[in-house]
Parts: sequence; C-alpha cells; structure tokens
Amino acid sequence: MTRGLRAALFFALLLAAWQAAVSFGHSSRLLLPAPADVGRYLVRAAGDGSLLDASLVTGRRLLVGYLVGLVLGLPLGMLTARFKVFSDTLGMLALGMQTLPSVCWVPLALLWFGQTETAVLFVVIMGTMWSILIATDSGIRTIPVLYARAARTMGSRRFHTLLFVTFPASLPVVITGMKQGWAFAWRSLMAAEIYVTIITGFGLGHLLHYGRELHAMDQVLGVMLVIIAVGLLADRLIFWPAQRYLHRRWGLEV
Amino acid sequence: MQPHHAHVPLEEAQPAKLLVERITKRFVTKRGSVDALHEVSLSVEEGEFVCLVGPSGCGKSTLLNIMAGLEKPDAGDVLAAGQRVAGPDRHRLVMFQESALFPWLDVLGNVLFGLKLKRDLDRKMRHQVALHYLEMVGLTRFQRANVHELSGGMKQRVALARSLAPNPRVLLMDEPFAALDALTREQLYFDLQRIWGKNRKTIVLVTHNVREAVCLGDRVVLFSPAPGRIRDEFKVDLPRPRDINDPELARMAHRITDALKDIMNQQAAAT
Repeated sequence: MTRGLRAALFFALLLAAWQAAVSFGHSSRLLLPAPADVGRYLVRAAGDGSLLDASLVTGRRLLVGYLVGLVLGLPLGMLTARFKVFSDTLGMLALGMQTLPSVCWVPLALLWFGQTETAVLFVVIMGTMWSILIATDSGIRTIPVLYARAARTMGSRRFHTLLFVTFPASLPVVITGMKQGWAFAWRSLMAAEIYVTIITGFGLGHLLHYGRELHAMDQVLGVMLVIIAVGLLADRLIFWPAQRYLHRRWGLEV
Repeated sequence: MQPHHAHVPLEEAQPAKLLVERITKRFVTKRGSVDALHEVSLSVEEGEFVCLVGPSGCGKSTLLNIMAGLEKPDAGDVLAAGQRVAGPDRHRLVMFQESALFPWLDVLGNVLFGLKLKRDLDRKMRHQVALHYLEMVGLTRFQRANVHELSGGMKQRVALARSLAPNPRVLLMDEPFAALDALTREQLYFDLQRIWGKNRKTIVLVTHNVREAVCLGDRVVLFSPAPGRIRDEFKVDLPRPRDINDPELARMAHRITDALKDIMNQQAAAT
C-alpha cells in the first residue's frame, strides 16, 4: 500500500509540474497543451470510437507481425544454436540484421509492397524475427549439457531430447527473448505506421502522425499515453503470467 | 494415500555384467595428447557394486562415461550383458554429481521422465512405478514439489528414484554424494545400501572418497592418473549394512588410502 501511495504521489507531482509549466511558462498552448486538454481529447476520442478503432487495428498488426516473427525466429534460433552450418551462415546474417534499426526497412518495404498492410507487417517481422532468433540461439547455448546427457542415458533420442529437454530447458531465456522481440515489434510497428500511410487501416501511429499534421498537440500527447498504456497492458497480460510461472517452477527471477 | 504397492508392475530387470576391454582414451590438447585412460580392463559381475577410486584426473569419470556410451573410446570395447556398447541406452543409467534434475518438471515429473520412454507401460502404471520409487527414497510427500524447493540431499534422492524407476540393468553413479554435507551423505549411504539390498543392480560408483567406496562397494578399484590406469583392487567383505563410522571400515579405508599414497609416490619418483 505504501508503495502504491508513493507511486501515486510521484505521478501526481509529475502532473502538477506539467500543469505548472503550462500555467507559468511562456510556451504556446499549441506546443504544450495542459493535462486537462489531453484528458479532454482522450475522452472525446474514446467517445467517438476513433481511439478504440485505431488500437484494434494496431493490436491486430502487432499480434500478426509478432507471431510470424516468433514462428520464424524460434526454430531458426534453435537451428543456429545446434548446427554449425546454420550458425556460420544464418547466425551471422541475424547478427547483422539485428543491428539495423527496423525503421530502416520502411523505404524498402514501401517500394516493394507499396502503401499496403504487407509493408507494415514486413517491417514488424524484420524488427522482431532477428532479435528473437538471437535470443533463442544464445538461450539454447547456455543450457547445461548435463540435462541432455542425463536424458540420453534415460533413452531419450535426438528429436525427443530437443522437444522435451532442450526446449523446456531454454524457456527462461526464450521468454526473455520473446519479451525483447515484443518490444522490438512494438517499436517497429509505430515506426511503420508513422511512415506508411495506408488506407486499409488507421492505427495509433497514424493518429500520432495526423496529430502532428493538424497541429493537434493534445492528440499527439494523448496517443502517446495510449501507446504507453497498450505496451504496459500487453506486458501484464502476456509476459507477467509466464514470468510468474517460471519464478514458481524454476525459482528464477526472469 | 492409496496403497499403491499392491499391483506395482515392477519387472525385475536382469542385472547385466559389464566387461571393459583394453579401453584407451586420448585427449588432444594444445600441448599435446594425454592418455586419460590407457588399456584399462575391468569386469563387473551381475549385481555387483564396484567403486572406482582415484585422485582427480585419473580418468575414472571418463571410464564411467564410456561405460554409459556417452563418450567413445579411442581403442577397446565395453560389453554390457555381452553386447558391445555403441551409445547411451536406458539399460545403463547415469546418476550425476550435481543434480541433473530438470527444473521445468516437478519431482514426480522428473521420476516419470525415464518411464515415459518405456512404451510398454501405460499412464497409470507409470504413475504407480514412479510413486513406488518416491516412497522408497522417502519423498512421497514431495511429489508435487518443484526442484528448486528441495535441499541438496533431497535432490539426490529424487535423482536416485529417477535413475531406478526405469529399472536399468546397470546404474552408473558419478560422484553422486560429493556435493552434500556429511550428515546427509551418511543418511544416503544407508538408503542406497538398503535399496541396493532389495533390488540388486549392477552398480559402478565413481568417487574420490575412499571411505565412501569401502562403505558402499563389494570391490574398490584404485586408479592412478597420467595415464589413467587401474593400479590395485580390494575386495570388501564387511557385513552390510555398513556404517561409515565403523572402526573396522575405517581401518580398511586407511589401508587403501595408504596403498593409494604409495602409488602416487612411486609415480612422482618415476617422473
């Protein structure tokens, strides 16, 4: 309770400081709206459904892009961890690709796919897949060899060992990688939505973009808050339960 | 607690005889090659408990791994029940020094792991067998516990139950008690003797603790390093169950330790 109180106090102070900057500062209301302005925007946008629609569009893209990145990154990471051929080729490629900020894929995606849903997904997948691949790879490399040896003397063979020993043993690190991949997906998607102005769906990134075009700073700040909230919510809903499970079963803090 | 021992389908696996024939294992390092084992031969009878003792680096663990099929020798053969060992096999289970228990499974899940690889058992039978062995090591109450919640001694007990449950013909133990405190270790010596007394498996146990070897083994085999070789062996005829603090056992351990020291001194003088 005291911790909650402390946090509440901190954020109240932050809001007060914001309000003070608006009231006593010399900046224009156009550049720095008051907290109440942003609140009014949020209520209005929630009321007319534009915020919810944008969140749903964004959420769907995020989920699809992330899942594709996961489905590609996990098995490829297992391959690069286990086979030298893959680590010398695909592993190298992944290392290089991971250093490339995903927004750098936008020009290429636009030329290849045009202003389409595919372009957005492509950017998200490129931003997600490589980091998940690398996290899975390094996760599997840190598994104690003892587990596989013990399993083999109990009669476990290649595929069985991979599925029932290597994979579960790597879970703590893989979850960390999945979490990192999620963060990358979220960043990539926002970059893509801001730069790829497509007609098929109006996401949170687009709201942000048009907020700037229309000089609606209350909208810009409001959408930024929503983006933070969505990120936090996803973390709570998806990764929190997984981490709690790992903590209970492994005794690990992940 | 339901009485599950009544119909536990415990087939009695015939303990296997192990024959080690002129095994040589070379490790190649930057400085040159080292013979971890040089033409080592050893025979372990059906249901015999043999302890391999020696200073670290004498190749005793390497030999155990070769018996298990986890490592390949450069020369020589291991025969288990007359068959050449080509790879790991659930008839020769290894119990490791540190706990190799799987942290993603609970205690029961760990004991079930090897049983699930036996196609001839159905779900219910597997559970009965697993519970039977958990009871044997006194951990029935902890079947749903997570591995990280157990003490070191309890972990090794689970490991013992997990090794015994699939009913291997040979149990290979690689310093299974080295990481435990003295009291826990003494308790486990009793437990292991009691269990082995009931289902006589062929056991090969590697240790650097001479007393432990005398307490547990029918035979104690002495190794010396560089290159790893068998230098001597002692038959232990003391009545069972043996207490590690028994004076006669201590005297015998003393004698074997002296022999080991002699070997080491001769070797030091020779080089």
